[in-house]
Amino acid sequence: MDINAIRAGITVAALITFLGIVAWAWSSRRRADFDAAARLPLDEDDIAASGEKQK
Amino acid sequence: MNDTQYNYKVVRQFAVMTVVWGIVGMLVGVLIAAQLAWPALNFDIPWLTYGRLRPLHTNAVIFAFGGSALFATSYYAVQRTSHARLFGGPLAAFTFWGWQAVILLAAVTLPLGYNTSKEYAELEWPIDILIAVVWVSYAIVFFGTIAKRKVKHIYVANWFFGAYILTIAILHIINSAEVPAGMLKSYSAYAGVQDAMVQWWYGHNAVGFFLTAGFLGMMYYFIPKQAGRPVYSYRLSIVHFWALIFTYMWAGPHHLHYTALPDWAQSIGMVFSLILLAPSWGGMINGIMTLSGAWHKLRTDPILKFLIVSLSFYGMSTFEGPMMSIKTVNALSHYTDWTIGHVHSGALGWVAMISIGSLYYLLPRLFGRTEMYSVKAITLHFWITTIGIVLYIASMWIAGVMQGLMWRAVNEDGTLTYTFVESVKATYPYYVIRLAGGALVFSGMLVMAWNMVKTITAGKSVEGEIPPVAAGSGLDAPAHA
Repeated sequence: MDINAIRAGITVAALITFLGIVAWAWSSRRRADFDAAARLPLDEDDIAASGEKQK
Repeated sequence: MNDTQYNYKVVRQFAVMTVVWGIVGMLVGVLIAAQLAWPALNFDIPWLTYGRLRPLHTNAVIFAFGGSALFATSYYAVQRTSHARLFGGPLAAFTFWGWQAVILLAAVTLPLGYNTSKEYAELEWPIDILIAVVWVSYAIVFFGTIAKRKVKHIYVANWFFGAYILTIAILHIINSAEVPAGMLKSYSAYAGVQDAMVQWWYGHNAVGFFLTAGFLGMMYYFIPKQAGRPVYSYRLSIVHFWALIFTYMWAGPHHLHYTALPDWAQSIGMVFSLILLAPSWGGMINGIMTLSGAWHKLRTDPILKFLIVSLSFYGMSTFEGPMMSIKTVNALSHYTDWTIGHVHSGALGWVAMISIGSLYYLLPRLFGRTEMYSVKAITLHFWITTIGIVLYIASMWIAGVMQGLMWRAVNEDGTLTYTFVESVKATYPYYVIRLAGGALVFSGMLVMAWNMVKTITAGKSVEGEIPPVAAGSGLDAPAHA
């Protein structure tokens, strides 16, 4: 196969993959998981975990 | 080792060295800025000449200051969002000492004039090998920690940190392929325009993944922490991540407009640079909007000021960058001081400010305190830095556009209106203003160093306890475990 056809194919495949990721990220089924993930840094208190406890 | 505590020691080491290297790197920057206004300031000493100190400045601020900040924050964030101690035990300590050795070797060899002539990859081959070894160890520590995480999700900040670590390994190893000719001399494995393209594929992706993706990891962890709110849109952060990954790799050719690089490659570089505006601004909006509903915090919290203003500079420089990549704009801007202004809007406004804000969050927690010794000093630092950056980039904009216009001005008979030295002479006042701006940013780092020393002496080194994962939070052990 012509190398340029492969190159064009990869570009199109990359675009479709990206659009797939966008659709996946915006699907409402992901919402609960994303909310949980977004809370990850906030679910633990690093002041209590370090400084205050030492006293 | 102790698996109930986080590894704070390596975070502490990198955090302190971030401030030290920031001062060193910016001091060298101030000196060479002064040399541009008053060339006699090299004192006729070869080691202090502009050509040798300029790579020392860029290496010190990017890889020593920025690199140490990235090591510190990525090690902190990955542990705390994975609820796991750093993987690899002594390997984490090796990354610290190895990275410091790289920096010291750079500080010796660059002023001595050893230079591969590749911008941002100037270090000679033995140091390149050490960098590769340290970086692969970094990847093992970081991804090993992710692999042993006790929570289900891999938080988005870790995606950005991970992409930065992985990509820099690839970029560094490929661009540094060289044939040694003695201990401190080598020749690139590539030749001619291919060498230039590999170099700027490396160079621009160093901007994209070292100076952008890594610091976006910082943004996605430290802004939610300091604001006490989750990131504005988690789904946007995922699209932001993949959009950057899919487009950044192609933007490099915009460094080679109107060169021997084939025209189609230049056009691809320009188009992908323009596309980059979308993910860049998506990320900026996501970071700034995290404060939505809590804007009042911005009025009183100088750490949030640093973090949010850094995003404003990020937005400015990621608008300016795509604009400058347009060939017709580049015909005016290239080789002028506009480029220097653009780089510092990103490097000082975005990279330095988000690092400084993150460090002000981090330092007290590493030394058993709830906040820095002096919060007022943080506010002072913020204003000194902001004014300094504005002076710096505004003077370089004016100087750059002026230079571009003078160089292209032609008389009716087709001869050049100005000689080159006339444009140098016209730039002189702007070089002095730039020096003043840089000196302000540098003095801000001294305020930070004072505050840090006071915080450390008033506190003591602590290790964080790894908390149990709250049951029913949906964050329990990964399904495959």
